[in-house]
Amino acid sequence: MAIKRRDFLKLTGLTLVGTAASAAVGDLLTRGEVKAQEYATPPEALKGKRWAMVIDVKKCKEGQKKGCGKKCIEVCHYLHNVPSIPDKKKEIKWIWEDEFEHAFPEQTDEYLEEIFKDVPFMLLCNQCDNPPCVRVCPTKATFKREDGIVMMDFHRCIGCRFCMAACPYGSRSFNWFDPRKYLKKVNPEYPTRTKGVVEKCLFCYERLAQGKLPACVEACPEKALIFGDLADENSEVSKILKERVALRRKAELGTGPAVFYLID
Amino acid sequence: MYNAEKVIPFIIILIIFFTIPMWLNFGRLEAIPQPELPKEEKKCVESKEYMRAYHMKLLDNWRKKAIRENQHLYTASNGKNYTISLQRTCMKCHTNKEKFCDKCHNFVITHPDCWDCHIAPEVAKKWQ
Repeated sequence: MAIKRRDFLKLTGLTLVGTAASAAVGDLLTRGEVKAQEYATPPEALKGKRWAMVIDVKKCKEGQKKGCGKKCIEVCHYLHNVPSIPDKKKEIKWIWEDEFEHAFPEQTDEYLEEIFKDVPFMLLCNQCDNPPCVRVCPTKATFKREDGIVMMDFHRCIGCRFCMAACPYGSRSFNWFDPRKYLKKVNPEYPTRTKGVVEKCLFCYERLAQGKLPACVEACPEKALIFGDLADENSEVSKILKERVALRRKAELGTGPAVFYLID
Repeated sequence: MYNAEKVIPFIIILIIFFTIPMWLNFGRLEAIPQPELPKEEKKCVESKEYMRAYHMKLLDNWRKKAIRENQHLYTASNGKNYTISLQRTCMKCHTNKEKFCDKCHNFVITHPDCWDCHIAPEVAKKWQ
């Protein structure tokens, strides 16, 4: 049945009134909200296009001989409230030490293993160019920042652990229980995590925003850890990598790791 | 109407039953929560009215901007700059979560999970 001209006009009028009324109600609901809110990157923040780290393993070895006490791990784990859990299967680590053969299992040269027998390798999240953890995260809790940092938004993590399965470096840890029980002292400036959340090294994004270098880099007494922008030709990391031989962990997988180990 | 002499009283009883909490608390002003405000600082990031109504929206935007967009600086509507951080900015003035946040949240029975990860100042103090 066709609509009558009279009914059509009535409906049009009603729609107009309804639209006007809903606009007015909408204004009522958002009254008092601040309209012009501005956000910016702090002026003191360190700016880079591709953050990377170079680790001089020989200097690291020397430092450990002198008794540096693995300051990098200690400071990082204190500042970020990383608990020390004795159970290896449930431990949480942002930066840790391992042997050459575990860090570089794809290196088949047995003489290399001999050379690096007593050399400590500090391992951390490689902040990949092409991070597999980001590809598999169903909630975008982990994502890649424009400056190359593979970030975590702990608020969004649902604890599915796909990222842990995807990461070829074992850089991610899962909180099987409330981590606060295992924290001896706490940094009140940084949150802890909670049960059911995955965590990892975030290249000290919060310190970069304050214009500071990552905590491990600053803490190392031997200056064995060097941090900088790979996209900048004149940065320290770029210069070192042009002159010296460096290995990256499992680079053949195509993840594009940004942590380099100087081996010469 | 059939059975009006039964239906209407019953409707009245029902209304009274469902509005019992209102009648029981009628005129009792002490039930209104009184969160403890900072003594030194008189002004919050935005106006009192705005913070009262929209602090959760502001905090959520802060999280999005700082974590997801790397913008750690907030310029308030009066032009003042603030570092975006719950523990390093908000809780420097509101030095006690129990006496501030919890007062209203408990009253309206809402339990946001901020403090599962973020450390309240009084909790941090007890820890050391």
